[in-house]
Amino acid sequence: MNAMLEMCQVSKSFGDGPTLVHALADVDLAVRAGELVAVMGPSGSGKSTLLTIAGTLDEPTTGSVLVAGTDVSAMSPNDRARVRRRSIGYVFQDFNLLAGLTAAENVALPLELDGIRAGRAQRAALAVLDQLGLADRAKHFPDELSGGESQRVAIARAIVGDRHLLLADEPTGALDSVNGESVMRLLRAACKAGVAGIVVTHDAQLASWADRVVFVRDGRIVDQTGASAGPESLLLAGPTR
Amino acid sequence: MSVRHAMLALLTVGPKYGLQLHQEFEAGTGEVWPLNVGQVYTTLQRLERDGLVESDDAAESGPQKSYRLTSSGSDELHAWLGPPLNTGVPPRDELVIKVLVALRVPDVDVVELIQAHRRRLVQMMQHFTSLKADADESDVGLLLVVDAEIYRLDGVIRWLDTADTRLRHRPALRFPDVPSSIAARRRRRAEAPA
Repeated sequence: MNAMLEMCQVSKSFGDGPTLVHALADVDLAVRAGELVAVMGPSGSGKSTLLTIAGTLDEPTTGSVLVAGTDVSAMSPNDRARVRRRSIGYVFQDFNLLAGLTAAENVALPLELDGIRAGRAQRAALAVLDQLGLADRAKHFPDELSGGESQRVAIARAIVGDRHLLLADEPTGALDSVNGESVMRLLRAACKAGVAGIVVTHDAQLASWADRVVFVRDGRIVDQTGASAGPESLLLAGPTR
Repeated sequence: MSVRHAMLALLTVGPKYGLQLHQEFEAGTGEVWPLNVGQVYTTLQRLERDGLVESDDAAESGPQKSYRLTSSGSDELHAWLGPPLNTGVPPRDELVIKVLVALRVPDVDVVELIQAHRRRLVQMMQHFTSLKADADESDVGLLLVVDAEIYRLDGVIRWLDTADTRLRHRPALRFPDVPSSIAARRRRRAEAPA
């Protein structure tokens, strides 16, 4: 399997002594290029911790994380920051767009931070915005965009450049069902185009857009679905575990 | 799903053959609710027997027999469409009963039982979502049926999630023979003057 992300025996604890909390325990998860995986679980199950560790925003207490085959756990903080800037895109529930920058400037920002000249970064940003049907919003500021448009700009920012991994935390939480659906269509299309995607959610409807759904509970992966199957085969099939 | 009423509705625009009715029904909803052609002919025979449709000749029912709506058929269709469905009486849901029964069986892990059902339901939802993802936006009939299935599954999954949380935070289980609130209601009813 051509895994773009591999988490091997990842555990994460916070605090110590009587306040010790095991947020993740022995998580093994591999996501290949072109695949969208949903991590589903209730609040406090560890799914957001899983996402921050997958995205190298936090380090595991034990275990390793490989992005495109490279072990990021063993990297220096600077090298890890470079992988984060170049290879990984994030989409958050509340969009996290910078209010003082236009849509196009927001999308171009990760490229500019990575040393790409402003003109080239802007052109790349406009191309992605155009691809997501937002060309006419490029010069608007975040407070001039609707919720659905803001999240699509955030997706553009997450996929601009040569990203391998797309991580989304409840990306449709602030949107109505129609806008939520169009956001999931975009994430699904980005993955079909070759990115590996993870979306964490408590919402089954959102999770059902994924190729595979992984269930987490108390910091552990307890179950998962295979590829999607029709109702007839489901009636005949036994448990997949 | 009332196949009977769907057939009456398809005949409102003019007479049609049995095979045509089958194809038109399937075109709208077939990916979600497949309908076997035999069911169509049986339904048409019953509709004819009840005077809601009539056919051209006395030939055996089959693909080439043509049917048209009668005025009683049209009345029946409108009488069915008008009033809201009776959703007030809760149906006896087998999954709810299963979980309640499982709580009383000592060697059954209810949380595992809930997860097995959750996985199955999410998998079915993935199937319907992929139909939606691949559907043409103009295929409104299919999209509406798929949405309905997704919301139905979502309701069941939410119930499982809530049941799961309740069971994890439950105090020691008690099973009174008759819940006190129901017993009190029954007593009041028995004591009420006729």
